[in-house]
Amino acid sequence: MRRCRFTMNDTPIIPATDRRDAPRGQEWQARVDQNGVVIVLTGDWIAVSGIRTDEAAISRIVESAGTRPISFDATGLGRWDSALLIFVSSLRRAACARQVPFNEQGLPEAATRLLALTTEAAPTTAPGVTGPTLVARIGQVTIGVWYETLEVFSLVGDTVLSAGASVRGRVRMRGVDLLTCMRDAGVSALPIVTVVNALTGAIVAFVGAVQLKRFGAGIFVADLVAVAMAREMTALMTAIVMSGRTGGAYAAEIATMVGNEEIDALRTIGIPVHDYLILPRIIALTCMMPLLYIYGFAVGVFGGFAVAVAMLNMSAATFIDETQASLGGGQIVFGLLKSIAFGAMIAIVGCRAGLSAGRTAADVGKAATTAVVIGIVGIIALDAVFAVCANALSF
Amino acid sequence: MATSKIRVDDISFGYDDRVVQHDISFAVREKSIFAIMGGSGCGKSTLMRTMIGLLPPYTGSVYVGDENYWGATDARRAEIGRRFGVVFQTGALWSSMTAEENVALPLRMFTRLDNRSIQELARLKLSLVGLDKAASTMPGELSGGMRRRVGIARALSLDPDVLFLDEPSAGLDPVASRRLDDLILELRNGFGVTVIMVSHELPSLLGICDDGIFLDAETKTAVAHGSPTRLRDTSDHPAVRAFMHRERPEEGRDADGDRR
Repeated sequence: MRRCRFTMNDTPIIPATDRRDAPRGQEWQARVDQNGVVIVLTGDWIAVSGIRTDEAAISRIVESAGTRPISFDATGLGRWDSALLIFVSSLRRAACARQVPFNEQGLPEAATRLLALTTEAAPTTAPGVTGPTLVARIGQVTIGVWYETLEVFSLVGDTVLSAGASVRGRVRMRGVDLLTCMRDAGVSALPIVTVVNALTGAIVAFVGAVQLKRFGAGIFVADLVAVAMAREMTALMTAIVMSGRTGGAYAAEIATMVGNEEIDALRTIGIPVHDYLILPRIIALTCMMPLLYIYGFAVGVFGGFAVAVAMLNMSAATFIDETQASLGGGQIVFGLLKSIAFGAMIAIVGCRAGLSAGRTAADVGKAATTAVVIGIVGIIALDAVFAVCANALSF
Repeated sequence: MATSKIRVDDISFGYDDRVVQHDISFAVREKSIFAIMGGSGCGKSTLMRTMIGLLPPYTGSVYVGDENYWGATDARRAEIGRRFGVVFQTGALWSSMTAEENVALPLRMFTRLDNRSIQELARLKLSLVGLDKAASTMPGELSGGMRRRVGIARALSLDPDVLFLDEPSAGLDPVASRRLDDLILELRNGFGVTVIMVSHELPSLLGICDDGIFLDAETKTAVAHGSPTRLRDTSDHPAVRAFMHRERPEEGRDADGDRR
């Protein structure tokens, strides 16, 4: 390496002088004579011990040079690396700005070459590109949201059309794909649905028991659990779990297929992506959600039952009687309707997020996040719509 | 002189507001192996996406035979497109299916053949590319070269008239790359298929292509037409010379353009 020539040059380190924060060993002095300003470099200029720019001193040198050239004397220079290049290039930048001649001759030859490279790179570091203004950005986001809404509606429309076609058996979908999706969204989800709903039922019973006991109405814990689980909690909790689990998985899977050009391959052959990829997923989740709801409801009531019997010393027979008395078929139908709507929404949002993803690994993560966030917000918004409708119908 | 199979008529294309290439015109002769050449990021693959119906051009059109491909209805375009076989850069195999199922899917979708015939056809296509033993392997378990070859088998499944290949030998070792070239040559000679390939691998280009077009990233248009060998021997264009002779680009020129 060329650099060893300079390490041989064994110059004693001059102690740091003027500024306490100046890196150790990096010393320079400006000598002004009739030929211009000569910068005398001494010591070791090593980046790990600090970077020295001295903006104020540099501008003073450039000013004092006037039209005379700036040159270097590196005979006393010890070891050097990027630290020296940064100092010299900031000096050069200041000199260029004031059109002061700049002479790199006195520098080590290897440093001159490296500086030549940084000259070429320099223009690209300051492209002067300004981003869009705030108003433009707000406009872009608004237009983006509008188009995204249109896309979601067209996806819903496509789904309805191809669901109609599938009834007549005219859809290009593999049966095995539908079954796989159903298994993934159904049986495979049972453990987590069990845990979440059992705990939710137990928590509702627990909270209810503490309050109702104070009024001597402990027996109504059974009613509370049955109605809360049937109308709200089971559908909501199951949907939130499925949004994170299955909606996110759909988005990630389809986004990966986009990145691997698998979607392009389907399109070029002429296989409708919608029929082939999206429909089985939407059908699977929409069919599985009501089943998960019924299962989750049973598990939730059992969770409440366990707490009621253990905490309130309620007899099992009383709990079952109260549950039966409080629960009409309407409540369960209401919950079933909700779960069907949630299922369809989660699947559509997940697939849409996947299809609109870009082609990089980060885009896959973004698609999954979008699917889960929009899914959960959508579930809660949809639940509110259901609540308002139920209220209007005095249900 | 054979008739032209595909004619690209004065198209320009790009993404959003950014024109990638403009004023491109050329004709691909029937049964030729046509090369789309150029440095990385000059828009070769994008041109191919326009030719196979994935990206509408801003202006101009593509003619397949005498038919205006981009002027046709979506249904008709899909019908024409079914006569194309496309091999994507990394194979783009459907990852949830075995190699054989990948090859069989187009047959299942677009023919009324029974399962047995479909299986036999799929096996035949796989054996053509030398992979009949890997029929029940999942794409994830195949090497890059094998995936590319299954991709070719899948593209051939409906016996296409035109075979599009996007950088078929990118990332392959010289031996595998040579074998792939021989395969493409044999498929052309055997099936009489017209081959259009996007490539920047000099040995493949010089070895098998008999016609081509050279896209330049700097001027954003085609700067040379002709077979790779002729371009190497006769072209004076600095970008073509730099590419064909692996020279350093001139001062101020950059071999790489923007990537899409």
